[in-house]
Amino acid sequence: MASSDTPAGQAAHDPATHDPATHDARNPGVPFDAAWFDGVRVNRSATERRAASLPARRSIKGDAQAAWLLRAITLIDLTTLAGDDTAGRVRRLAAKARRPVRSDVLEALGMAHAGVTTGAVCVYPTMVPHAVEALGASGVPVASVASGFPAGLMPMPQRAAEVAWAVEAGAREIDVVITREHALTGRWRALYDEVAELRAAAGDAHLKVILATGELGTLTRVHRAATVAMMAGADFVKTSTGKEPVNATLEVGLVMARAVRHYQDRTGHPVGFKPAGGIRTAKAALAWMAMIHDELGPEALTPERFRFGASGLLTDVERQLEHHVTGRYAARHHQPLA
Amino acid sequence: MSRVKEIFETMTYGPAPESDAPARAWLAAHDHRFGHAIDGVLEAPSGATFETRNPAREDDLLATVAQGTPEDVDRAVAAARAAFPGWASLPPHQRARHLYALARHVQKHARLLAVLETLDNGKPIRESRDVDVPLVARHLYHHAGWADLRDEAFPETEPWGVAGQVIPWNFPLLMLAWKVAPALAAGNVAVVKPAEHTPLTALAFAELAREAGLPPGVLNVVTGDGATGAALVAHPDVDKVAFTGSTEVGRTIRTATAGSGKGLTLELGGKSPFVVFEDADLDAAVEGVVDAIWFNQGEVCCAGSRLLVQEGIADAMHARLKRRMETLRVGDPLDKAIDMGAIVAPVQLQRIRELCAIGEAEGATCWQPSWARPDDGPFFPPTLFERVDPAATIAREEIFGPVLVTTTFRTHDEAVALANDGRYGLAASVWTQTLDVALDVAPKLEAGVVWVNATNLFDAAAGFGGVRESGFGREGGAEGMRAYLVPRGERRRPAYPAGAFAPDPTPSLGTGPDVEGVASAPPPLDRTAKLYVGGRQVRPDGGGSFPVVAHDGRHVGEASLANRKDVRNAVEAAHADRAWARATGHARAQVLYYLAENLEARAADFAGRLRDLTGASEDDAAHEVRTSVARLFRYAAHADKLDGAVHGVPMRTVTLAMKEPHGVVGVVAPDEAPLLALVSLAAPLLAFGNRVVAVPSPRWPLLATDLYQVLDASDLPGGALQLLTGPRDPLAHVLADHDDVAAVWYVGPPAGGQEVERRAAGNLKVTWTNDGRAIDWSDDGDAAGPRWLERAHRVKNVWVPYGA
Repeated sequence: MASSDTPAGQAAHDPATHDPATHDARNPGVPFDAAWFDGVRVNRSATERRAASLPARRSIKGDAQAAWLLRAITLIDLTTLAGDDTAGRVRRLAAKARRPVRSDVLEALGMAHAGVTTGAVCVYPTMVPHAVEALGASGVPVASVASGFPAGLMPMPQRAAEVAWAVEAGAREIDVVITREHALTGRWRALYDEVAELRAAAGDAHLKVILATGELGTLTRVHRAATVAMMAGADFVKTSTGKEPVNATLEVGLVMARAVRHYQDRTGHPVGFKPAGGIRTAKAALAWMAMIHDELGPEALTPERFRFGASGLLTDVERQLEHHVTGRYAARHHQPLA
Repeated sequence: MSRVKEIFETMTYGPAPESDAPARAWLAAHDHRFGHAIDGVLEAPSGATFETRNPAREDDLLATVAQGTPEDVDRAVAAARAAFPGWASLPPHQRARHLYALARHVQKHARLLAVLETLDNGKPIRESRDVDVPLVARHLYHHAGWADLRDEAFPETEPWGVAGQVIPWNFPLLMLAWKVAPALAAGNVAVVKPAEHTPLTALAFAELAREAGLPPGVLNVVTGDGATGAALVAHPDVDKVAFTGSTEVGRTIRTATAGSGKGLTLELGGKSPFVVFEDADLDAAVEGVVDAIWFNQGEVCCAGSRLLVQEGIADAMHARLKRRMETLRVGDPLDKAIDMGAIVAPVQLQRIRELCAIGEAEGATCWQPSWARPDDGPFFPPTLFERVDPAATIAREEIFGPVLVTTTFRTHDEAVALANDGRYGLAASVWTQTLDVALDVAPKLEAGVVWVNATNLFDAAAGFGGVRESGFGREGGAEGMRAYLVPRGERRRPAYPAGAFAPDPTPSLGTGPDVEGVASAPPPLDRTAKLYVGGRQVRPDGGGSFPVVAHDGRHVGEASLANRKDVRNAVEAAHADRAWARATGHARAQVLYYLAENLEARAADFAGRLRDLTGASEDDAAHEVRTSVARLFRYAAHADKLDGAVHGVPMRTVTLAMKEPHGVVGVVAPDEAPLLALVSLAAPLLAFGNRVVAVPSPRWPLLATDLYQVLDASDLPGGALQLLTGPRDPLAHVLADHDDVAAVWYVGPPAGGQEVERRAAGNLKVTWTNDGRAIDWSDDGDAAGPRWLERAHRVKNVWVPYGA
């Protein structure tokens, strides 16, 4: 833990304080302590330079590309969050989540029996029962947005109740939004209390806390919000609802991944990270994964610790995989629709 | 298990090779044998040759290349000389079109050039592809612009002529572009000598220049080793020399070109500080370190190789740095997913190993990532030495490899002191989230380039170059263009007539003033003028004096005879009182105006003294005093208008080109115009905030010593101006030798200037001499104006990237 005389937020990484036994346990959170983030300031231009050079530094080609893209699929929260979602639409999505890649392609890659599915299916609360039914015993969990998604500006009891309702309906993961006002006005304690309350409402379901980074203004605020969410017991921190004008950018991702690392350094708990919105291409997915690989280690590239919130990404990944197998550029309509 | 499945489970990186086919094809098309590129012809090698190899694979012989002889250099210089009149007389727009074509051709052949560079040098293809080659094209485009704008932007200047340019091996093509682009844009022609380890991209560039239609002879490439470079530098028909490389070779070149009248810019070694304050974005700073010292295998003259961390965050910084080092990837330079490639040559690898061994022997702790192997062929892992005190060898010597040394500091002042503690002064990197701290620290750093919250940012629009033993001159920006232009008429001044300089004064021994008869009169009051040091009149160290003899042989008085210790004391005094350097431009202007005012108040005395000593006519003497007053006024006028610039670089950064004084500058004045020459030399330096140690006219020093009271009356701070009367060349030598003098200006006979330049090689101080030519001190165009302001300052580029 940080000693009080080191500049806030920049305590040394001290592996001795880690308890390996806690690594697989959920992040229980820690008491609120502003000193953990007060001193941290994020330099925008340096972060952007790193984000820009990262994809160029980590070119992933050939078999490695195919393998990484298959892994990417297992990290996708296959998502539909539209006002016109129906039971039929959700069923189709669930089917795709269970069998995200054509079996001939998997066969050719020697992955026919690897059990590749997406990480989860992510829907609105009222769609949860449909998704649960459609996914059956596939093992693919259902994630639900809740707590007044996407703006979060509902009375707290209703937000918590919505979370509980979704869990009750079978969601094993809950994606909640924060009250941006808390972050924008620096009311970090209020943010902490909010997240802690939502976590309590979620019970055993894992909590992903959406920061809506596109609305937070500065990267420093992103770092603080992520840290507060983790202190309050978030299982994942997530960039965006997908509804903000700017969604997941690599520089925001870098800042959040670093916040995750700092939190892990202090507590030993590896909190998950989920960029969402705007990640549509296989190339972008590889850049994100390389970033996580280098910032958090390859062990962070598992569904327990990393997810993509995406709807269109899977199709592009499938096409790249088919291209890898056949050597021919693939058509969109050859990939089964989600 | 399938390969895909295996990687799926381990999530390792696979190989991502860039094809070297285009470069191999190009080498094969030339039968792997290259001669020089002279007068538009890529010659076949004849005579001695040497081999250039792929540093990443020992058995990979890339090509056999001609070893340039003095005759080859002769031919290249002759071809350049023949091309010069035609090239120089082209309308600027025509030269601009040529440079534009070069830029386009570089872009069209970018892949070939990048792969060839990586094959020859060992740097990662990612860097040659994303950094080197794009910057080459950018440099050529930018200077196509300067070519067009030359006469408008740099009036009253002309190109030097033939530029001899010696290129290092760490950025072979980029450094070539940094030199060739401004040379050609300014109207010079060039003979380039690429480094022995890495000649190939220069030859490819020459071929591409021919393809782009550059007239024959405008750009010539002579390959070879150090001897070839030495022959080029020493060639009598080379007018301007530019060198990038080691400080040691730079010193040799400074010595070899002394007294030649050649223009000279040197971009030499470094041991650049990387300063991290406690309010920095630590993760960003860690990435900064990666870009600073693990860029180009650390084979970067401006590499941030000394990490200075504020003590309270040092443990956190080091822990994060080590974690990051674990994730760096070293290997095949043609792999697109590696961070560092191969060290350029076994000899360099050996040097890195030796210095690391010294570091360990001296007690520093060496840390390398867990994956590092002790002997990894041509590769060297990222290496961190912790707790390296300034006294350690590896804290002072340039390693030119991926080796970082760290130490801690407590306060901002201590950070600056540690950063400036070393012989180099190329670049510095400052990390803080507080603008006040950044803008306070940056000007205090002895460096030609300062990056705030960034490192190793380069652009054609911003000058790059060092101070101290990192060399002088700038490449890039308007300041870089000026290095390839010479003030019109400067080289056509008349030589001094024979006998223009009196012999050195010798000590008076019992030859006091003749006192004739008149026994009843009291003896005249002895008035031996003292020296002026630290704002006070002081007796000379040796206590001696010398007679001042008028034009007609009359003994007019005595002046103190300064010796080397007086120079020492004067330089000490100049360093001790920084008030002048700290004064605002407005304050300096006020003092210079006041000085002019006080001089004018005593105009009649000074005119009388001039007439008495020099035999000047009443009109001439009055004119010299009047001109001196006017010149002080003029530089006072400039003192608060020495604005810098904000360079328009294509990045989100404010890049400030700040004009700053050299520091303590030695000035050696000629015999003639004893008041006006001294004023003309000292005033521009003072206007910029330099502190001056001047040797006034040795023949008629009393004009200077009469100034003491004027200086005293004018509020000039103590360290601003010291005046040492005595023998010109002996004092000039002490100044030129002095390691704590940043620059020397010398006006005197040719041999004296040569000796000053030769001795200046010691600490590579900036010199300006009259090259034995006479200056018309009364001519405002010749003895005052922009060229004097130019040489009275240096430019520091401070990069401040921003973003909320």
